Amino acid sequence: MIINHPLLGPRDSEEFVYLGSTDLIDRPTNWEKSAAAEDFYQYQYIRENIAGDIQELWYHEQGDQSWLIVTRNTLTHEIKNVEFAQDFSRAKGRGR
Amino acid sequence: MNKTRYSAFKVLKEALTGHKGWEPTWRDAEPKSDGYDVIIVGGGGHGLATAYYLAKNHGITNVAVLERGWIGSGNVGRNTTIIRSNYLLPGNEPFYELSLQLWENLEQDLNYNAMVSQRGIMNLIHSDAQRDAFIRRGNSMLFADAGCEYLEAKEVKERYPFLDMNNARFPIKAALAQPRGGTVRHDAVAWGYARGASDLGVDIIQNCEVTGFNIENGKCLGVQTTKGDIKANRVGVCVAGSSSRVMAKAGIKLPIESHVLQAFVTEGLKPVMDNVITFGAGHFYCSQSDKGGLVFGGDLDSYNSYAQRGNLPVVEDVCSGGMAIMPMIGRARLLRMWGGVMDMSMDGSPFIDSTEVKELFFNGGWCYGGFKATPASGYCYAHLLATDVPHEVATEYRLDRFRRGAMIDEKGVGPQPNLH
Repeated sequence: MIINHPLLGPRDSEEFVYLGSTDLIDRPTNWEKSAAAEDFYQYQYIRENIAGDIQELWYHEQGDQSWLIVTRNTLTHEIKNVEFAQDFSRAKGRGR
Repeated sequence: MNKTRYSAFKVLKEALTGHKGWEPTWRDAEPKSDGYDVIIVGGGGHGLATAYYLAKNHGITNVAVLERGWIGSGNVGRNTTIIRSNYLLPGNEPFYELSLQLWENLEQDLNYNAMVSQRGIMNLIHSDAQRDAFIRRGNSMLFADAGCEYLEAKEVKERYPFLDMNNARFPIKAALAQPRGGTVRHDAVAWGYARGASDLGVDIIQNCEVTGFNIENGKCLGVQTTKGDIKANRVGVCVAGSSSRVMAKAGIKLPIESHVLQAFVTEGLKPVMDNVITFGAGHFYCSQSDKGGLVFGGDLDSYNSYAQRGNLPVVEDVCSGGMAIMPMIGRARLLRMWGGVMDMSMDGSPFIDSTEVKELFFNGGWCYGGFKATPASGYCYAHLLATDVPHEVATEYRLDRFRRGAMIDEKGVGPQPNLH
């Protein structure tokens, strides 16, 4: 697979480390509340595991060490969009 | 009903009379309008084994197996055919040992030649730390009566002179072997169980995709399929590879990611290895099929996938792992390669459990160890479906174990499915 890095252009997916769905960005912040155990359980262990287009985190370990959000189809491996995780998070209202 | 009994005499008789007396191996059925006691979703090895043991062990014969494509078209047709029971953890080892014992009697039980070959499996050891870990595993196997054999480097070299004993990164220091491990003709497992189940009255319904579940007040009353609605008192899902997709139709999310695993076979060679050799440190395992091809596999492609095909970097990685430990394979040409979709669970271990929906049960999460588990998976799932109680060797395979902190993490890498 070729990942079109927003700054570095087309790069072999072998240069990247795969983490998983972008759901992993939204780590629960309510650790002191009683619902925390359940929220962390859902965050850590339960997966949507969609067959089709998913947004996922790739880390460019052997490149500029940026985190990217790749929109990819899990049935065909076709990559439809690549953006910086930072931009993705800010657009969703996070600080970083 | 199929009454033909296979034997050498039958083969000889048919050979002399023009092969006119053979019957279809199993009965192709259409859904009954008044429904079933149990519907099994998924006509793979595990689903067909479940139907067989439901009928044989529990006398429940009003059973249907629904299969989207043709039976055995999923992972039972796409694996590297290895059987073994060399696990460490108490939640796993007795289960896989039951499976190996069932393999040992499978052909007599089913009257079907599945080519079960107990040629032995050997795990290579490359460091003192790994030696300690494998001896611990060996002790666990001895506790479960699985049997094992510790081999010093000299013995490994004598038995398999083609191994590179002095690889710079992974010198072979010893090995842990399980002489009762081996290989099985994988398709024949699906066909044998289908025949056994069909003979006992189970309906095997192909080209019948489950498109939804009929659930009222938290209770499953049947399934919606491409052949219409079918009623059932109880539904058992058994579709490893597609578990998340199917269970999502019942509104259930699972602790599973789908990943693709590739496998390879070379052109046919003269006999060079009489067992299964695994090079765990380099993610390479290999055996030689009866046709002579070296059958081998390696690591996952590492990204989520539902495609039954992988990418080239893993091909290179697997082949270089093989070359490192077994340099002789360098001149063999690859004949075929293929990919299968794995249910990768969060701890590398499977699930056989009831769900939050009444009368809906789930079997899946087999990671890449599903084939060897086929008989015990069917045996224990049938036990659960028939009695509401998990079989004594499958009590740990619960869906809520992560919530309870009771992981069965054989490899010790935590909830990172692509590393198990």
